[in-house]
Amino acid sequence: MAANFLDRSHTVAGPGFSRWLVPPAALCIHLCIGQAYAWSVFNLPLSHYFGISASAPNDWTIAQVTWTFSIAIVFLGLAAAFLGKWVEDVGPRKAMFASALCFAGGFIVASGGAAIHNLWLIFFGYGVIGGIGLGIGYISPVSTLIKWFPDRPGLATGTAIMGFGGGALIGAPLAVQLMKHFSTPTSTGVTETMLTMGIVYFLFMMVGVFIVRVAPPGWKPAGYVAPAASEKRITNKNVVASEAIRTPQFYLLWGVLFLNVTAGIGIISQASPMIQEMFPGRFPHLTPAQTALSAAAAAGFVGLLSLFNMAGRIFWASLSDFMGRRNTYMIFFALGAVLYALIPTFGAMGSIGLFVLACVIILTMYGGGFATIPAYLKDMFGAIEVGAIHGRLLTAWSAAGVAGPVLVSYIREYQIAHGVAKADAYSTTMYVMAVLLVIGFICNYLVTAVGERHYVETKAQTA
Amino acid sequence: MSTNVTDSSNTPKLIVAWLFVGIPLIWGIWVSLGSVAKLFSAPPPM
Repeated sequence: MAANFLDRSHTVAGPGFSRWLVPPAALCIHLCIGQAYAWSVFNLPLSHYFGISASAPNDWTIAQVTWTFSIAIVFLGLAAAFLGKWVEDVGPRKAMFASALCFAGGFIVASGGAAIHNLWLIFFGYGVIGGIGLGIGYISPVSTLIKWFPDRPGLATGTAIMGFGGGALIGAPLAVQLMKHFSTPTSTGVTETMLTMGIVYFLFMMVGVFIVRVAPPGWKPAGYVAPAASEKRITNKNVVASEAIRTPQFYLLWGVLFLNVTAGIGIISQASPMIQEMFPGRFPHLTPAQTALSAAAAAGFVGLLSLFNMAGRIFWASLSDFMGRRNTYMIFFALGAVLYALIPTFGAMGSIGLFVLACVIILTMYGGGFATIPAYLKDMFGAIEVGAIHGRLLTAWSAAGVAGPVLVSYIREYQIAHGVAKADAYSTTMYVMAVLLVIGFICNYLVTAVGERHYVETKAQTA
Repeated sequence: MSTNVTDSSNTPKLIVAWLFVGIPLIWGIWVSLGSVAKLFSAPPPM
C-alpha cells in the first residue's frame, strides 16, 4: 500500500491541481537539505566533547570534524550522478521519500556517533548516508518542476534551488537554539540536537512527499506554445542521459559549473578571515571586547553572503527565462572576473563598502549559477531525462568543493610563507579566480546546439 | 493535453503550502539580518 503511494503512477495530478503547489513541495526538501551549508555550527561543539567549554586532550580537532562536510558533498555528487536515472524512473515522490530517509537517518546515526564519541560513525551517518540523501533530494524535484513549468523553467528550478541556499539560514540558528536548550554543565547538547533535527527534518520533508505531483503526459499550461527552434541553443527534442555525456556540450557545461562554483567557493571558504585580515583597522585585535566584536561582524559578513547567495538563485534563474541561459552565464563570468580583479584594489583603498558590494554580487552569481544550470540543460538536451543529466553534471560541484578551498588556502599559505603581509595575501587568489572566470567565459562561449544525431527523435527515425 | 488544470478550491491549499515553507525561511532571513547588522555596527577604521 505504502509502496503504491510512492509510485510515479500514483502521483499523476488530477483535474484541478494547481502547478503552484509543486514549488512548495520542492522547497520542503531543499530547505532541509540546505542545512548542509550550516554544518560548521557543529564543528566547535563536536570538538569540545570532553572539555565542554574548551578543547580537551582527547577531543577531536576542528580539522577532523570538518571532514564530515567534505564527505557529505562528495557523496552528494556521487549520489546525484549515479542515482539520477533511478530518480527519473521512479518519480519525485519515491525519490523525495528516499532522500528524507537518508538525510534524516544520517542525522540520527551521526547523533549516535556524537553520543559515543565515534567520529567514524559521524562520517558514515551525516557524510555518507546524509550525503546520499542530499544528492537524491537535490535533483528529485528538478525534472518535475521543468515539466510543470515549460514556460518558466528558470523561475521554477530557481525557486527550489533557492531553498537549498535558504536551508543554511534556517539550519544554523535552529541548531544553535537547540544546542543552547539541550546543553548542560556536562554536555554540549550536540547529540540531542542532531537527533531532534533528524526527526524534525524528516517530518518537514514528508510534507513535500505528500504534496508533490507529476504533470499528466502531454500537459501544457493554457495558451503555452513551445518556442520555435529560432534560438539555436533551445531544442524541443530530447537527449537521454547516457547519450548526453557523449556530447562536447555536456563537458563544456561541466566546465562552466565547475569554474563558477570554484570561484564562488573562493569567497565563501575564506569570507570570515578575509574581511578581518584585509581590513585590520576596522577589526582591531586590541582588547577581548574588540576581538569579540570583530568575530561577530565577520559572522555578519558570512550571513550577508548567505542571503545574497540565496537571493541570486531566484533572481538570476528567473531573469534567464527572458535573457537566455548562455547570456546569463556570460554576465556571471564577465562581471565576476572584473569584480574579482577589483577586490584587491578595494582592499588597498580601505573601502569596506565597495569590498562587501563586490563580494555580495559575486555570491548572487555563485547561487545563480546553480539555479540556472537545470534550465540550461533543459534548453540543450530537452526535458525527458534532464534530472539524470543534471545529476551527472553535479559531479562538477563535488570537484569544485575540493578544488576551490584547496586552491584558495594553498595560494594564501604560499604567499604568507614568502613574506607577503596577511592583508595582501588574498590579492593573488582574487586574480587567479578572475582568470578562472575568463576560462569559464570561453567554455560558455563555445557551447553550441547539440548535434542532431544525439536526439531520441533522430534515432527513432533512423532505426 | 493542453489545459490549465486549476480551480478556486486550490487557494486554501496554496496559502497553507506557501506559509509552511515561507515562515521558516522568513525566520531564517530575519535571524541572519540580525547578524548582518553587526557587520555595519563594527568600530570605524582606527
